[in-house]
Amino acid sequence: MVEFTLPRNSRVTGGKTHAAPAGATKVRNFKVYRWNPDKGENPSLDTYEVDLDTCGPMVLDALIKIKDEIDPTLTFRRSCREGVCGSCAMNIDGANTLACTKFIDEVSGDIKVYPLPHMAVVKDLVPDLTQAYAQYTSIEPWLKATTPAPETERLQSQEEREKLDGLWECILCFSCSTSCPSYWWNGDRFLGPAILLQTYRWIVDSRDEATGERLDALEDPFRMFKCHTIMNCTQTCPKSLNPAKAIGELKKLLVLRTV
Amino acid sequence: MSLRSPLGRIKGLGIAHEGVGHWWAHRLGSLALVPLTIWFVASVVSLAGADYFTMREWMGSPVVAGLLIMLIVACFHHAAISLSVVIEDYVHHEAAKIASLIAVKAVTMVLALIGVLAVLSVLFGN
Repeated sequence: MVEFTLPRNSRVTGGKTHAAPAGATKVRNFKVYRWNPDKGENPSLDTYEVDLDTCGPMVLDALIKIKDEIDPTLTFRRSCREGVCGSCAMNIDGANTLACTKFIDEVSGDIKVYPLPHMAVVKDLVPDLTQAYAQYTSIEPWLKATTPAPETERLQSQEEREKLDGLWECILCFSCSTSCPSYWWNGDRFLGPAILLQTYRWIVDSRDEATGERLDALEDPFRMFKCHTIMNCTQTCPKSLNPAKAIGELKKLLVLRTV
Repeated sequence: MSLRSPLGRIKGLGIAHEGVGHWWAHRLGSLALVPLTIWFVASVVSLAGADYFTMREWMGSPVVAGLLIMLIVACFHHAAISLSVVIEDYVHHEAAKIASLIAVKAVTMVLALIGVLAVLSVLFGN
């Protein structure tokens, strides 16, 4: 059966508390998931009291401050700090989002920070994305055409180019896929919303000539049809994209070519 | 421990080349069940308190019998697909999954057959 409770060695225990320095004026509690593979212990939820008067406004600012000033062992991915690289996707206040574009002020009470749900954890807030990247590779995310390349670009009309809007902006942070119960239960066979949105991005590209074979690759009870339109993906996308709609369009195309 | 590459694992056994039919049938079945269920409930309510012979007479008309058969087939077909999806989602023990998928198919087919034969036996007056 699907596991609805965490395995014994994954249950989160209470952790250490790192008190704010004396004289701190605007303290908020950050409760952060910690797990170190080298220690052989269960994960814990450490509390960091952060003085927001000396901290930037985003959750990522607080995490960087914690790593710099309070606890250098805290591990997380980050790079661009402006919502275009997708590295700092994590579960903040119960929803998957990017730490760099999530304002601390948007959260009331303690700020709980966990890694993306239902993924193997490498350390602390770093999920193992090996499977998700392999799924991305499997859809061959590049322009495929047998028509020889012209002297200049392959042209697109403005209307054709507009069809890529809402798709090209995806930064592959996997907030959507890891919010999807179908991906939790069958992530080894279901591609998940992020990869399906990318599949649609190539199918709807007027320059691509592999539409048929891309649709063939979805003709399967699991790869796409495990999507039950739960729509957590669209709800959680930090870039406000709509993977559920892309999947709906893919389903329509598959039916269209049979009727 | 497996040293198979992540891409090899994800490609797994490949594409099943089916799934669209099931999905489309599920949607069409749901659509058909809306008017059929409304018609059935309205008919049963309007026949409330009717005696056995009135009911048999009602069911004995070819139009009513036809609609009833459609309702029974659509209903059990829909149930079979829906329950299969739940099993595929939540039962991950391979043997238990296959056994329950077969059981769901068998039970819904037998129940649908019993329902259809009951309507036909009334229609043909046995």
